[in-house]
Amino acid sequence: MNPTFYEVMRQQGITRRSFLKFCSLTAASLGLGAEGAPAIAQAMQTKPRTPVLWLHGNECTCCSESFIRSSHPLTKDAVLTLISLDYDDTLMAAAGHQAEEILHDIVAKYKGQYLLAVEGNPPLGADGMYCFQGGKPFVEKLKWVAKDAKALIAWGSCASWGCVQAAKPNPTRTVPVHQVITDKPLIKVPGCPPIPEVMAAVVTYLVTFDKLPDLDRQGRPKAFYGQRIHDKCYRRPHFDAGQFVEKFDDESARKGYCLYKVGCKGPTTYNACSTVRWNEGTSFPIQSGHGCIGCSEEDFWDKGSFYNRLSDIKQFGVEENADRVGAAAAVVVGAAVLAHAAVSAIKRASSKSAPPQSKGGE
Amino acid sequence: MAAYETQGFKIDDSGKRIVVDPICRIEGHLRIEVNLDQDNVIRNAVSSGVMWRGLEVILQGRDPRDAWAFTERICGVCTGVHALASVRCVEDALAIKIPDNANLIRNLMHGVLYVQDHLVHFYHLHALDWVDVVSALKADPKGTSELAQKISNWPLSSPGYYRELQARLKKFVESGQLGPFRNAYWGHPAYKLPPEANLMAVAHYLEALDFQKEIVKIQTIFGGKNPHPNWLVGGVPAPINLDDVGAVGAINLERLNMVGSIVAQTIEFIDQVYLPDLLAIASFYKDWGAIGGGLSSQNVLAYGDFPDRANDPSSLLIPRGAIINGNLKEVHDVDLGDPNQIQEFVTHSWYKYPDEKKGLHPFDGVTEANFVLGKNTKGTNTNIDNLDESAKYSFLKAPRWKGHAMEVGPLARWTVAYAKGIPEFKEPIDKTLRTLDVPLPALFSTLGRTAARGLECQWAAHKMKYFYDRLMTNVGNNKLDTANVEKWEPSSWPKEAKGIGFMEAPRGALAHWIKIKDTKIDLYQCVVPTTWNGSPRDPEGKIGAFEAALMNTKMAKPEWPLEILRTIHSFDPCLACATHVLSPEGEELVSVKVR
Repeated sequence: MNPTFYEVMRQQGITRRSFLKFCSLTAASLGLGAEGAPAIAQAMQTKPRTPVLWLHGNECTCCSESFIRSSHPLTKDAVLTLISLDYDDTLMAAAGHQAEEILHDIVAKYKGQYLLAVEGNPPLGADGMYCFQGGKPFVEKLKWVAKDAKALIAWGSCASWGCVQAAKPNPTRTVPVHQVITDKPLIKVPGCPPIPEVMAAVVTYLVTFDKLPDLDRQGRPKAFYGQRIHDKCYRRPHFDAGQFVEKFDDESARKGYCLYKVGCKGPTTYNACSTVRWNEGTSFPIQSGHGCIGCSEEDFWDKGSFYNRLSDIKQFGVEENADRVGAAAAVVVGAAVLAHAAVSAIKRASSKSAPPQSKGGE
Repeated sequence: MAAYETQGFKIDDSGKRIVVDPICRIEGHLRIEVNLDQDNVIRNAVSSGVMWRGLEVILQGRDPRDAWAFTERICGVCTGVHALASVRCVEDALAIKIPDNANLIRNLMHGVLYVQDHLVHFYHLHALDWVDVVSALKADPKGTSELAQKISNWPLSSPGYYRELQARLKKFVESGQLGPFRNAYWGHPAYKLPPEANLMAVAHYLEALDFQKEIVKIQTIFGGKNPHPNWLVGGVPAPINLDDVGAVGAINLERLNMVGSIVAQTIEFIDQVYLPDLLAIASFYKDWGAIGGGLSSQNVLAYGDFPDRANDPSSLLIPRGAIINGNLKEVHDVDLGDPNQIQEFVTHSWYKYPDEKKGLHPFDGVTEANFVLGKNTKGTNTNIDNLDESAKYSFLKAPRWKGHAMEVGPLARWTVAYAKGIPEFKEPIDKTLRTLDVPLPALFSTLGRTAARGLECQWAAHKMKYFYDRLMTNVGNNKLDTANVEKWEPSSWPKEAKGIGFMEAPRGALAHWIKIKDTKIDLYQCVVPTTWNGSPRDPEGKIGAFEAALMNTKMAKPEWPLEILRTIHSFDPCLACATHVLSPEGEELVSVKVR
């Protein structure tokens, strides 16, 4: 007697009328036409909550901590009514054999229907034994559970890119999930950690619309990773006006000027921090006076000091092939930022030299 | 393997072997193996850290001002603790003095973590060891309401509230999709709470899940996000501006008012929900005041934290000290720079030393990866059934203080403070013991560890108010400085420097050791709480705090390892913290990333 999606929505106070409207909208968005709506309604009234198996490789658990900070939906509502979080070693009551038994059961019973959320990543060094669970390498567990999953979510920069343990010289030969699992739909939700509400939105999207959100070429949801932090930063007018913090806690810092000169990576970082913000919209790194460190970008650990200006190309180590390509790309970005800053400054200068405007608006 | 005696425990591995892997509801990956005698009493316990990431070697050659961000990622549960230890070790090396406001804001942020982390530990990582969720279905909501109103003024306590929650829980259980509550030990004879108390605890499990995300907003205000807020060598990154143009781009009165409001709500929640629940639940489990003590009644260690005055280590509000052989009359001084005090051993760890009989101080730290299994291991190299603890068996090193295995954490801190007779710690302990009507030795137990954490959470919540008030006084007096950037530029640094940054993480004593050479990190070492507590054996066969605490515990149903979970969870293990080490000599060093 599993509660169906319909029952869950009813429990949450959604009317039957709204439910049917939701079904027809979903049918339309999926290109199913009018006849699709009853089918979806039928499916949603009989379908159990989607099982989610949440595996942890080598990581720091910041993604789980972030997930439980979600305010909409509240984590308790997500866990009690949206999904069935059947395996998550950080939260689950069972341990040892009883925990592993659940994995076996879900994999068998919900073949092709469960979602696999991965936090952290597999180290390949020492035959995978730098992270072992139940006496076996984590990478084996990951491959086994992924085999029959419907889709994978790669939580955070660890699962998406490798993150801190894969920073040079990557002592444990850690790799991101997509290098090990290559034959499944996979959504990257990078960030160290990702924003709580973005995590919740990705889960909600998957179980509500029963499809993957639109992804960019790197596999990230376009909705949240389609623009740079700089593009929507509330301090952007100061960048354009050439007003910069020169040193932490200087007069410009107290006025909330742009942090570009103290190393802000907002101009090269794709994330939703400047719009969604953090912890129910309370703030985000730039608002609190520290530059963005670029934590949702690939290899952000190896792009020089967090306090180096983006234009300083010496920060990009030119060592190996893959890095050379990365460095070349970064130089282009760095140059673009410089040019961007220059254009902004020229604009400012030219507007200053222009004849005085009417002061009516001031 | 022979039976032997150590630290007052008789180790005997001849009985039935039980393996619990994974230990869930902790941070990271931990494996526990125990041997039971014929009466199902634990006679040998083996704690093995089974993950490892190598952050210290990754730090080599990097900018010391960046180290906080790398080390912060050692752990996202106790987020910020490594960042704080890191900025402190760099400031110690470079003799940087931080402004008073920076000290107050750091203390506030650290207090936030104590409260949030202890709260989440109690309700979400530990409570299910004591609370039977399924039994809550049998509760009379009216009875739960009476119980709740008897122990607290918390307003969410009406019969209707509990009735509605119970109905929701019932639907959830009847769905057959139990999610994180599935396949657990419901109905185990060791669960002692009446259904009414179970229902109250389940309600507060959910309320605490909602509330913990509010507390951390203070870290978000000052650090921009949580988990993993931003820190700064020399102070804190957030500037303060109360009156001037542009104040909306800094910490202004709106922001400070928000902090004040969250502090007040936090005190209310801890005073009215956590503490009453803790005492109510503990009163049904007084027998656990005699179980799981391990090393806590013998050797405990605290480095101290929360400097009352900036840059003054003599003003630590949580005191420093070590207690040996249970002698509360003498608190030993602790020197983190003394090469003979803190040493790490690797005889039973998956690392290699030139001479494995000797320990090394962190400033002399040598670490070489060496994943080899003992000849008595059951299974294969990549499919282990039973570990061989007579050989190497963990990715944790074995830290020792003057040769002693030590317990760290809230109970260790409060024991040191109790022994020093500091009233703000001694009085709550005495009061709690009186309320539960148990003697002082009951403190040194699984129950005592859990109780000390609750008392500390309350202490931290009230201290946040103290730090907040002082911050407000400063800004009212136009003292606005939050960072000292005199030595920000690496060109102002000496050619070589070394420093130590210490602190008390929620889980216990934590320190970072750094050597800086030519403006880059030359050596970075961390010795962390769970390395102390989860330590494997040392060359003398001395066992660590987890292993000691499991000894002599009787299991009611060995196939349901509830007793093991209770004691291990009472330490709040954090394995990502404990197993981050790897040296340049590590055999897995590769110069090209696999892509």
